[in-house]
Amino acid sequence: MSELRFEDVVVRYGHYTAVDQVSLTVPAGQVVGLVGESGSGKSTLARAAVGLAPLDAGRILLNGEPVPTRGRRRPLQMVFQDPYSSLDPRMTIGESIAEAIPPGSSRAQRKAEVERLLELVHLDPTRAGALPSELSGGQRQRVALARALAGRPSVVVADEITSALDVSIQGAVLNLVRELQRELGLSMLFISHNLAVVRYVATHVAVMHQGRIVEQGPTAQVLAEPDHDYTRALLAAVPGKRNH
Amino acid sequence: MRRWRSVLRTPLGLTATVLTVGVLVLAVVAPILWSDEANAIDTSNIMAGPSAEHWAGTDNLGRDIFYRTLVATRLSVELALAATVVAVLVGLLLGTAPFLLGRRAGRFVNAGVNIAVAFPGILLALFFAVIFGVGATGAVLAIGLAGAPAFARLTHTLVAAVEGRDFVAAARVAGVGRMRLLFRHVLPNVSEPLAVNATIGAGGALLSFAGLSFLGLGVQQPRYDWGRLLYDGISSIYVNPWAALTPGIAVIVAGLAFNLFGESVAKALGVGMVGAIPRLPDEVVETTEEPAVDAVDHLGSDLVLDVRDLTVTFPGEHGPIRPVRGVSFAVRRGESVGVVGESGSGKSLTALAVSRLIDDTGRVEASRLELLGHDLRAGDTSAQRELLGTSLAMVFQDPMTSFNPTQRMGGQLAEVARHHQGLGRRAALARAVDRLRAVRITDPEARAHQYPHEFSGGMRQRAMIGMGLMGSPALIVADEPTTALDVTVQQQVLELLADIRAADDVALVLISHDVSVVSEVCDRVLVMYAGRIVEDLPAAELESAARHPYTRALVAAVPDMTTDLDRPLAVIPGRPVDPADVPAGCAYAARCPLASARCRAEDPPLATEADGSRVACWHAGEPIEIEIQDRELVELEEVEAS
Repeated sequence: MSELRFEDVVVRYGHYTAVDQVSLTVPAGQVVGLVGESGSGKSTLARAAVGLAPLDAGRILLNGEPVPTRGRRRPLQMVFQDPYSSLDPRMTIGESIAEAIPPGSSRAQRKAEVERLLELVHLDPTRAGALPSELSGGQRQRVALARALAGRPSVVVADEITSALDVSIQGAVLNLVRELQRELGLSMLFISHNLAVVRYVATHVAVMHQGRIVEQGPTAQVLAEPDHDYTRALLAAVPGKRNH
Repeated sequence: MRRWRSVLRTPLGLTATVLTVGVLVLAVVAPILWSDEANAIDTSNIMAGPSAEHWAGTDNLGRDIFYRTLVATRLSVELALAATVVAVLVGLLLGTAPFLLGRRAGRFVNAGVNIAVAFPGILLALFFAVIFGVGATGAVLAIGLAGAPAFARLTHTLVAAVEGRDFVAAARVAGVGRMRLLFRHVLPNVSEPLAVNATIGAGGALLSFAGLSFLGLGVQQPRYDWGRLLYDGISSIYVNPWAALTPGIAVIVAGLAFNLFGESVAKALGVGMVGAIPRLPDEVVETTEEPAVDAVDHLGSDLVLDVRDLTVTFPGEHGPIRPVRGVSFAVRRGESVGVVGESGSGKSLTALAVSRLIDDTGRVEASRLELLGHDLRAGDTSAQRELLGTSLAMVFQDPMTSFNPTQRMGGQLAEVARHHQGLGRRAALARAVDRLRAVRITDPEARAHQYPHEFSGGMRQRAMIGMGLMGSPALIVADEPTTALDVTVQQQVLELLADIRAADDVALVLISHDVSVVSEVCDRVLVMYAGRIVEDLPAAELESAARHPYTRALVAAVPDMTTDLDRPLAVIPGRPVDPADVPAGCAYAARCPLASARCRAEDPPLATEADGSRVACWHAGEPIEIEIQDRELVELEEVEAS
């Protein structure tokens, strides 16, 4: 059980402030959904958490300690949005996953772990030798998910992980995310633009708009009684509401 | 490896390869075979012209120049390769230093490289030659170091491009160290262009060597390379021109060989898979598998699109792959048809086939493929291009890659009107601005002068739709138009499509994996699975009256704002069918809770029901027991145990 806390985080690209004074807590063993449009800074916040974007101000703490962004043990893992870019085209999917397994296990253990993880994400374990180019987008994203889990993380940042997936797989991944989170006590920052998905997965939701968090609270409350105009606009845009 | 082999398939590539291999073989064997002839001193026959005995004459000690040129191949090639190795190693070191050292230190290295690149290579070589002294070693270092900055710059650029990709970020997050990142992820992905440039660099080094030796700064007596022979021969050029010409020709041939080889490899790699894919045999595939289709009313004058028995075939490693297997549907004027299915179901290929955008490796066949009554199977004629260009608008998933990033938006839209409607520059631009306004882009005059990267994703997608509206389309084919967009923007784009359809009676084919999007916009929905339409029904009945078990599973799998949070989402067990390995019988049988022996043996035809909807299922409409304890949970228990 680990708590991830953002304290007054600011990330700037040149003169552009992508993340502006964001404070957000992902409580231990909870899923916080982060919604907002592209350019609102939610992906930058995620990248800052795993050390891919330098902070200009503020702190990101894991159980009160700064998140380790050096060394081999990374308790914070991230799943990227684009499965076409997040897997090395020259490495087999088995190698990609094995690379993220913490060191100290034997070759056979790694192989077994890769197979277990592939099975976990609904991929045929015998395809560990396949290259990403042989897989569909949905299959690639499942490999990316397996790779993140290979690091045995205590917190997972999921950046729009289902937006490139088929609905049938999306359901399976969301079920997987929920179960894993519950059984393994994972804390999770779940970034998505799909409110129905966030509603299903997250216990808390934070709405990000132009680099700031404009509203946050328990999911049911925010979705039922949105305070901010932007949250209301998001709710109005959920497809399928205007049925025939 | 396959792509490298394709180098040999062009005449130039073949010639270059043969020449390069020839030079290398000569470099190995010439000193073994002809050293004695080359070093034999014949004082009675010095500075002689060409003769039957000495083809290129003799030098001032009576040695045979032709044999000396052949033997000099080894030293010349050796030195050139050594210099190339120096250039590549130093270049790699400098080029990857910014990646390893981080941003601040990397900037210094880059600045140094940038300054070094600005100096002419030969000047650097002369400078280093003076430092390292006259001789072969000095010349190798000089030419190698002179070539290093350019190579460093190239390496840096390539590394920076790969560094920005997510897989490097993912490896970083996984805790992979910089060195391992470099050797496992970055270098393998830049190795091909680097290898090609090293080959071209070897040709350049060969020429530079000849130059240095010719200036007397390179190889010293008694050793000799081509440059040295040239240096010796030039003094007697009026007595025996061949003494200088022979090594000169050798330099040119070898230099050309390396350069052309590098160029043809670059070309082969750049073009991609050309020549590597087996061609499809020219047999005609019978497409009359589905006579039941005639039951659909394809007649009537208001048909915009009429497709029957459409198949798309691609060559595969183990025989042809058919991702679209006999698709028949029709779209009426103003009608909005959704196509849903998982990735690999053939929905996008169906759209591409209709738009005639399947590339040359694939083959599109149909017993009928008509747009506004015109047969599209005719092939790539100007009349067809005209028809497709003005009557059909295509909207792709990724609006960023649909536009040329170096051209202004207005110009790109205007091009359509200038090309297809023959408008002048001014009139075409005016129409472009008008169309941008029609797709609700604010301040279209100013926006038309901007570049694609200055548009947001939603705006680009609207501009893409605007581009389709430059003509007067009767049909808009939108392939996952909102998948890359935010929900609020998605809503705007969908509303825009709906409004255009209502205003101009334009038909819409909307392809999406998202059932909720399709059910919101479309009148009718085609559900595709494994390259076939398995159900065709009114969108309003999608949630209530779908009859195919796959359709019902798809609908149940999408969470909405009323989904029960205490139960797992419905999932479709198993995996989608691989188009290369479609099972006998119903393709969905393996994942279907209703599947019986008949399903596994016999593919159900797409049967038309009394109300005009179509379904391909032996058990259409039979109740399905909702099973929550599915495969998904079984696997999760394993996780828990481990």
